[in-house]
Amino acid sequence: MSLLKEPDFGTPARSGEATVELTVDGVAVAVPPGTSVMRAAAQAGLEVPKLCATDSLEAFGSCRLCVVEIDGARGTPASCTTPVAPGMVVRTQTEKLGKLRRGVMELYISDHPLDCLTCSANGDCELQDMAGVTGLREVRYGSGVDAGANHMDLLSDTSNPYFVFDPAKCILCSRCVRACDEVQGTLALTIEGRGFDSKVSPGAGGTFMESDCVSCGACVQACPTATLQERSVVELGMPTRSVVTTCAYCGVGCSFKAELRGSGDSTEVVRMVPHKDGGANEGHSCVKGRFAFGYASHPDRVLTPRVRDSIADEWREVSWEEAITHTARRLRAIQAEHGAGAIGAITSSRCTNEEVYVVQKMVRAAFGNNNVDTCARVCHSPTGYGLNQTFGTSAGTQDFASVADADVIMVIGANPTDAHPVFGSRMKKRLRQGARLIVADPRSIDLVRSPHIEAAHHLALNPGTNVAIVNAMAHVVVTEGLVDRGFVDARCENTGEWEEFIADPAHSPEAVEEITGVPASDVRAAARLYATAGNAAIYYGLGVTEHSQGSTMVMGMANLAMATGNIGRSGVGVNPLRGQNNVQGSCDMGSFPHELPGYRHVSDGSVREVYEQLWGTPLLDEPGLRIPNMFDSALDGSFRALFVQGEDIAQSDPNTGHVHAALAALDLVVVQDLFVNETAKFAHVLLPGTSFLEKDGTFTNAERRINRVRPVTAARTGKQEWQIVCEIAQAMGYPMHYDDAAQIMDEIALTTPTFSGVSFAHLDAVGSVQWPCTPERPEGTPIMHVDGFVRGKGRFMVTPYVPTRERSNRRFPLILTTGRILSQYNVGAQTRRTANVAWHPEDVLELHPHDAEVRGVADGDRVELASRVGSTSLRARISDRMPVGVCYTTFHHPVSGANVVTTDNSDWATNCPEYKVTAVQVTPSTALTAAVPAQEETTVGAGRG
Amino acid sequence: MDPADVVTAVTDSGLRSRGGAGFPTGVKWKTVADAESELKFVCCNADEGDSGTFADRMLMEGDPFTLLTGMTIAAYAVGASEGYVYVRSEYPDAVAALRTAIVAARGQGWLGESVLGSGFAFDVHVRVGAGAYICGEETSMLESLEGKRGTVRPKPPIPALEGLFGHPTVVNNVLSLASVPTILADGAEAYAALGVGRSRGTQVFQLGGNIARGGVLETAFGISLGELVETFGGGTLSGRPVRAVQVGGPLGAYLPVEQFDLPMDYEAFAASGAMVGHGGIVVFDDTVDMSSMARFAMEFCAEESCGRCTPCRIGAVRGVETIDRIRAGEDREANLVLLEDLCELMTDGSLCAMGGLTPLPVRSAITHFGEDFR
Repeated sequence: MSLLKEPDFGTPARSGEATVELTVDGVAVAVPPGTSVMRAAAQAGLEVPKLCATDSLEAFGSCRLCVVEIDGARGTPASCTTPVAPGMVVRTQTEKLGKLRRGVMELYISDHPLDCLTCSANGDCELQDMAGVTGLREVRYGSGVDAGANHMDLLSDTSNPYFVFDPAKCILCSRCVRACDEVQGTLALTIEGRGFDSKVSPGAGGTFMESDCVSCGACVQACPTATLQERSVVELGMPTRSVVTTCAYCGVGCSFKAELRGSGDSTEVVRMVPHKDGGANEGHSCVKGRFAFGYASHPDRVLTPRVRDSIADEWREVSWEEAITHTARRLRAIQAEHGAGAIGAITSSRCTNEEVYVVQKMVRAAFGNNNVDTCARVCHSPTGYGLNQTFGTSAGTQDFASVADADVIMVIGANPTDAHPVFGSRMKKRLRQGARLIVADPRSIDLVRSPHIEAAHHLALNPGTNVAIVNAMAHVVVTEGLVDRGFVDARCENTGEWEEFIADPAHSPEAVEEITGVPASDVRAAARLYATAGNAAIYYGLGVTEHSQGSTMVMGMANLAMATGNIGRSGVGVNPLRGQNNVQGSCDMGSFPHELPGYRHVSDGSVREVYEQLWGTPLLDEPGLRIPNMFDSALDGSFRALFVQGEDIAQSDPNTGHVHAALAALDLVVVQDLFVNETAKFAHVLLPGTSFLEKDGTFTNAERRINRVRPVTAARTGKQEWQIVCEIAQAMGYPMHYDDAAQIMDEIALTTPTFSGVSFAHLDAVGSVQWPCTPERPEGTPIMHVDGFVRGKGRFMVTPYVPTRERSNRRFPLILTTGRILSQYNVGAQTRRTANVAWHPEDVLELHPHDAEVRGVADGDRVELASRVGSTSLRARISDRMPVGVCYTTFHHPVSGANVVTTDNSDWATNCPEYKVTAVQVTPSTALTAAVPAQEETTVGAGRG
Repeated sequence: MDPADVVTAVTDSGLRSRGGAGFPTGVKWKTVADAESELKFVCCNADEGDSGTFADRMLMEGDPFTLLTGMTIAAYAVGASEGYVYVRSEYPDAVAALRTAIVAARGQGWLGESVLGSGFAFDVHVRVGAGAYICGEETSMLESLEGKRGTVRPKPPIPALEGLFGHPTVVNNVLSLASVPTILADGAEAYAALGVGRSRGTQVFQLGGNIARGGVLETAFGISLGELVETFGGGTLSGRPVRAVQVGGPLGAYLPVEQFDLPMDYEAFAASGAMVGHGGIVVFDDTVDMSSMARFAMEFCAEESCGRCTPCRIGAVRGVETIDRIRAGEDREANLVLLEDLCELMTDGSLCAMGGLTPLPVRSAITHFGEDFR
C-alpha cells in the first residue's frame, strides 16, 4: 500500500456523548462537550489550515492559521482553542480569513530557508502544505541579501545517532516541547529566550545527547518541518509505502508503520513510525522500536544453515535440505538410544504465535513427549501460576487504556519508564493529572520522583521481602475494616480462612518492619490509600516474579486486589508487565511442559483428545521437563538433545556456569536464531532465523492484545521459521505442512477456545483484539473478570512469608538485584547491533555511595562482583537511587557475565529463577578479568570475553 | 455583609478594571464566587509595565494597606484563601513597602488564619517579576507565578475559572483593588455617582513625558484630555506646542491636539480609535518624529513579545524593518500597504493584546501624522 497518513483532527478527542450540535460551513456535526471547533470541523470533513495543532497534543494557539469566523463572536478566534457551543455557526473559509492565513504564512516564510527542493522534508512538510493550501504567492518582507532578521544561520545539533535538529527551519510551533511533555513525559525540551530570539532547547542550552532526552522520537514525529528529522530520511530520502506491523522488542507491543522504499529484494526500511491506531501505543514509541531496527540487516546475521560435529569444530555451511535432514536423523537416533524423553525444545518468546505453536506441536506430535518450555519460565511463570490459582487466568486483567481511569497506581518490582517506556508514558500522564502513586522497590526508580510526579509512598523494602510487605498491607485492610464486603461476599471464596490468616498480628506492618526495612506507618498509609482512594491498580514486573516466593507474591497481590474490590472494571486490576514482545503469546501457545495451548493441563483427557484427533497421533499425558530440569537432566545424562528457538539461555539464564556445563554435556544442540549468540557456541546445528521484518504472523502483548506482524521483505534466509520446524517434523516422520502462517492461526483458533474468533482476516479488519476472542465476542475482551472470575469465584490464597535461602553473610554482605534499562534490550542481541550502544556501551554495577566508600571504590573503577556461584568484573557507578546494602546491574552485554553470579534459587511453584536476590561481595579490581564460574566444570567456550 | 452582598456592591459601583481592559470588576468577582473549588486565589497585577505609568507604584509605596484591604475584601467576596501581589522587579521600594505592610498586617490580625477574629482565613504573599512587560498580561502573569516562562495562555478558559494552578482566580490591577475599600466604606452609589456614561468612579491619571507638571492625578471619568494636559499638566515642559499625546501606554493611540475635547471615558476613546488603558498620558511637543514613534511601537513589541504567536513574534520585527524602509524612502507606497496588511494581521490574528494592540499607535501615527511618513 502507498504511504499511510492517518487523519489529524488537530486537538485531542474528548470523552462523552456527542451532544453538542453545531454547523460548520453549513455542515451539521455533533461532538462531545469540550471538543474544539477545529476538531468538530475535521470530523465534518472540513479541514482548517493548521501548523501548531496536532491531535496527540493539547491546543497551543501559536500559528494563528486556524482562525475562523463564528456568528455572534467578535473577531476571528483560533478554532483550536475555541470549544464548541450548542448552535454555533462557524465559517472556515472567507476572504478575510484567507488574507489572515496568507499573512501568517508570509511571516513564517520570511524567516525560513527557501530550499524546499533539496530539503529532507520535501514531500512530508506541513509548512510546505500550508503555503500551498493558503495560496501564498509572494513574501514581501525581503529575501536573500534583502532578507530581514532571521535564524537561517543557526547550526544543527547532530549529537543524537538517530535524528538531526536543525533550528534554522524551526517555526516555534512548540510541538516538540509539547510532545516531550504531554506524550513522553520526560520534559527534556523547552523554549529558551523570548520573542524573536526564542529557540527550542534540550535542557539548559546543551545538545540533545547531553540532555534528559531519551530519544523516543516523539518530537521528531511531531515536528511539522525538517527541523527534527530522522537521519535515515536525510540519507535515504522519503519513503513511498507503508506496511503496518508490530515491534519486536518489549511486551508493550507498539504498532508501527514500516515506511519503505524500493520493492522486492531492494526493499529498504526508511523509518519506523508509530501507528496512531495501535491499541497499545496510540502513536507513541521508544528509542528501540522507532530507531533500533538496524540489527535486522546487520552483517552479523546468519543467513545460511550451518552444521558441525562437535562444538570444538569449525562451522560448515550447508543447504537447508542437509541441515534439516541431519537434524531429524540425529534427533531420532538419540531417541532410539536414550528414550523418547531424551530430547526437547525451548520456544522463543520473541517469535510469532504461529512459529511457537509449531514448535510445541513438533515436540508433542513428532518428538512424542512434553519436553517443551519457554523463557517465561525465567520471568513471568509465577504470574501464570499465581493468577491462575486466584482468578483462573494466566494473564493480566486490564488493557493499557485502563491506567487512565486509575486513582491510585501501585508499582511493585517494576521500572516502567525504562522497561516498558511507552506504557510508562501513559502511566505518567495519568499521574500528572493527579492520580496517586505507591512504589514498592528497593531502588529509588525514576517514577519515585521525576518532573511533575512524586510517589505518595516509596516502600523501599529489602530485596526478598515482597510477600511480607503485601501481607502487611492486606493485614491493614482486613483489620481496619477496609475490606469491600459487597465485592468479596458476592465474588470470592475461601475468604474466612484467608482473613483469619492475614489478621494474625505476625503479619502486621509493625511485626515485619525489621524484616522489610519499611516503617510501619508508611505501610499503613500506603495500604489505606490503596484501599480507599477509588480505583486502585497494581502494576508489577520481574521484581515480583524473579524470587523464590514469586508465585506467592502474585497471589498476595491478587488477594489484596480482591479484598478491596479492585477487579472487573477499568482503572483497577492486577497487571503483569510482560517483558518480551511475545512472551504472553508463547505461554498462550502451550510452550509449557504441563500445558497445551490455552493453559489446559496435558492430563486433561478431553483437551488431549481434540489435539490427538487433529494431529493424528497419541499425546503424552504427563508433564515434561522444565528448562532447569533440562539442564539438570543433561548433566545426569538422561537428556541428550535440545532444540532452542530464538532464546540465548547461555546468557540470560541464571548460574551461567551450570548452564554452560549442561549445554556442553548434550549430544545435540540445535539453535534457530538471527545471530551466532552465546548459546550457539554450544550448538551443532545453526538454523538461520528471521527478524520481525520478515515474519508473517502475530505477537501477543502484555494486554493480551494480538497484533499482526506483517513482512516487509521475504525471509532473507530463504525459509520462514515455521517452515523449518514443519520440515524437521516431516523429516522425522511426522507429516506437518501449512500453506501459510494464516493457516496456523486458523488451527490455533480451531483448537483453543480463547482464540476461537481469531484469524488473520479478522485482525486485518479490526487491527487487533485482546483474547478471549470468540465468535460471540469478536471484539475481544479488554477487561477481564467483569461479571465473574474465569474460574467462577476469585479464590483467596493463604500466602505465608518464607524468607529466601539466599542470605548475605560476612563473605557476601551485599544483595545484588538485576534489571533492564531503556536503550538496551534483554541480552542485547538486537540493540548491541544498533547505534543504541551510544547510551549503554557496557553493563555497570550501581552502588550506594556508602558501600562504595567503605570499599575504596570510586565512580568508574573496575570492581570484582562475586557470589557463591561465580564472579565477574564490572565498572562501578555510584548511584543515589540504590539503598545501602543493595547493588544493581543489567545483563545486556555477554562480556559482563552478570548471570555468572546469579544462583539456582528459584520460585517454589514454577522454578522462576531468583535473579533479584543474590548475596555478593564487591571488591576493587584492576585486572580486566573475564567472568569465571566458581565450579570448574568442563565448559568449552564459557568465559570468552 | 455576606460575600454575595460585597459582590453586588462592587458590581453596582460600576468599577471596571483599571489595568486597562476595562472589564466590569463585579462581573469577574461573581464568576469566581460562583465557581466551585476548594481553593481560590486573589492575584494583584502590580506589573505596571506601561511606559509613562506610575500610579500603582505610588500607591504601593505610599499606601500599601489600602491595597491589602482591597485584596482581603475581594478574597472574602469570592471565597479565596491566598493572595499574591505580582510586583515588577523594577519597583524594589514598592516590594519592600508591601512586605513590611504585610508583616504589620499579620501582626494586627488583618491577615492570617482568622482575619479580625472572624474565622475567615486569608494571607498575602509578594512575588517579584523579572523584567518582562508581557507578564503584565494576566495569563502570562499567572504562568510566571507558577514558576514557568511568562508566555500567554489562550482563553478560554478564563482565569476566573481556571487561573493560578488551575484554580478560580481573581486577577485585578492595583488600582481596581485599591478602589474597593472606598466603595464599601462610602457605598456603591457614591462611587457610581462619579464619572460619565459607563465609566463610573475615578481613575488615577498619570501625566508624563514632555510635561510641565507631571504626576498622578485622581479624578472622576469625564474630564477632557485637554484639561488634563493643559490645566493640570501645564502643557509641555519645553514650552513648545503639544503635537501628540499617547494615552494608555505604549499600546495606546497617539492623539493630535484636535482631539483634546475627548472625555476620559472608555467608550468615547474606543469610538475614536484610542484607548484609556491604565490612564497613562505621555505628552510630545512639535519636535517629535511620529514615524520614529510608530517604529518604536513595533520595536517595543519585538522586545517584549513572549514569542508564542506568529503575528507578534515575527510580525513585530518585520514591522520595524518595514517602517525603516518607509523612513528611508524605499518603495514607500508598497511598504505602507504592507505595513497596513501587517497591522491588520497583528490586530486580528495575535494571541493577546500585546500583538493585538501594537498596530493601534502605528495606525494612529499614520492617520493623524501621515506627513511624517512621506
